[in-house]
Amino acid sequence: MSTISREEVAHLARLARLEVTDDELDAFAGQLDVILESMKTLGEVDTEGVQPTSHAVPLVNVLREDQPQPSLPRDAVLAGGPDTAEGRFRVPRILDEEA
Amino acid sequence: MGERTIDQTAAHIAEAIREGRTSAYSVTEAFLDRIDAVDGTVKAFLHVDREGALATAAEVDAAIAAGEELGPLAGVPIAIKDVVVTKDMPTTAASKILEGWIPPYDATITERVKAAKMPILGKTNLDEFAMGSSTEYSAYRQTANPWDTGRIPGGSGGGSAAAVAAKMAPLAIGTDTGGSIRQPGAVTGTFGAKPTYGSNSRYGLIAFSSSLDTPGPVARNALDAALLHEVISGHDPRDSTTIDAPVPPVVEAARSGASGDLSGVKLGVVKEFAEGSAAAEPGVVEAYQAGVDQLVKLGAQIVEVSCPSFTYALPTYYLIAPSEASSNLARYDGVRYGLRAGDDGKRSLEEVMSLTREAGFGPEVKRRIILGTYALSAGYVDQFYGQAQKVRTLIKRDFEAAFGECDALISPTTPFIAFKFGERTGDPYQMYLADLYTIPTNLYGGPGVSVPVGLSEGMPVGLQVMGPVMGDDITYRVAAALESTQETLLADTAPEIEGK
Repeated sequence: MSTISREEVAHLARLARLEVTDDELDAFAGQLDVILESMKTLGEVDTEGVQPTSHAVPLVNVLREDQPQPSLPRDAVLAGGPDTAEGRFRVPRILDEEA
Repeated sequence: MGERTIDQTAAHIAEAIREGRTSAYSVTEAFLDRIDAVDGTVKAFLHVDREGALATAAEVDAAIAAGEELGPLAGVPIAIKDVVVTKDMPTTAASKILEGWIPPYDATITERVKAAKMPILGKTNLDEFAMGSSTEYSAYRQTANPWDTGRIPGGSGGGSAAAVAAKMAPLAIGTDTGGSIRQPGAVTGTFGAKPTYGSNSRYGLIAFSSSLDTPGPVARNALDAALLHEVISGHDPRDSTTIDAPVPPVVEAARSGASGDLSGVKLGVVKEFAEGSAAAEPGVVEAYQAGVDQLVKLGAQIVEVSCPSFTYALPTYYLIAPSEASSNLARYDGVRYGLRAGDDGKRSLEEVMSLTREAGFGPEVKRRIILGTYALSAGYVDQFYGQAQKVRTLIKRDFEAAFGECDALISPTTPFIAFKFGERTGDPYQMYLADLYTIPTNLYGGPGVSVPVGLSEGMPVGLQVMGPVMGDDITYRVAAALESTQETLLADTAPEIEGK
């Protein structure tokens, strides 16, 4: 039995906001199955009582003075956006107009 | 070494500029002309900034004429991997989703390169968002290996490695998440160093896997890389994961290594790397073993060490890196930068986001986002992501135990020589195997360098030296010692490229 089905891949793509094509679904399902199969070997490792590592270097509580700093100029940041208006990023509608 | 400017090492070029034997302007022009002549064949660059590079070079010459004190690499041109942000210069991460984006700020690395007065030649090609081992996943162009233009230049930093190998730049910046500096270095006959995690700022580095990403130098030899290493490294208040401690003395280490004395140095060979399916192809093993023999002649002692958890490094990495990537790449939503697709005035924000990401991301990026989303999703997170984080701890412990028995670890950098285009794109898992020997270092956080060691089937092979956290100096020392046994640098024996 495969580790991951085509339907699951479609569901994950939806969660990740990826509008994948049927061809991509077919390809990804097979490829991800091979990859996940190899990852199952991790289950063999005894990690009872082992602390997880989330970061390579153990730095904790790095603090700095809370001093105001100049931010990037607004226009320079907006210049990189695909659609802007009135000093803001313009986005497609968020709520259904009929709602 | 040839007579041309482009054949010189960065150290020689810097000295010649300082002593007035040449000008930064003519040096920069020579490399730009080389790009014009051969990049049509190699395709290492995504963007070339002739005007900007020459302007910086002219400033250097004026400063020298005025008697100003300049840094050790002033006037030496450099290429930057296109995943490092450069103000007013396009930065794409080789993705369509950032096509046309002009960053409004500089990465810390870029700032330091500029402060060192190094002319920036341009931005180099990579696998999209630095995900890949062949640069074939670039959305823009396929970079060729200067040793055989039918083969891959490694990845993800194939552009930086190919630019240095083809003498279009004496130095380059790369980034290494699982091997993206070292593996391209190995397969192009160049020198690549992944510094200790946290010794180089990630501010302005387009994030792939934040707990692993490490910027570092690409060069023709250890000394040149060390000089650049010291220019870019060090604590940065804008990246709270950087280490607030002095940068290890890598230039001094490269110089001391060049004397060729390794007496008293213990080098560990990882038993598990040589076993079963983990073993490198025979030609690679042969070239690597000849390098080990040289190290022994220089006085190094070889000890075998066991790192049983390394067997699980590949699956551990391919759970952690895609998990972090799926989160980091959520920012590409068609709102603040780059591409927006399907915004017809009728579709909702969510539909436009999905269409944008579908149009803007290539296949490997999508695969990894889906894989990461899976590994982090309810019901699987403990089995996959959580377990991978615990195995990461075991891998760190293996390194720490090994460094109790030796000063540094050595291995081949990658199990196989540069493969032909298309050979592994159909099977992502086969592509992942390219990073089998480089990945453990990233999971641990220590430094690793790849130094050219010889040829197999006419293609370069690299030897990797891995050190303890903040022990970057020992990796440079061993690598420079190995170089001292070579009559000619491998980087100087690459076949001449025919321009197009």
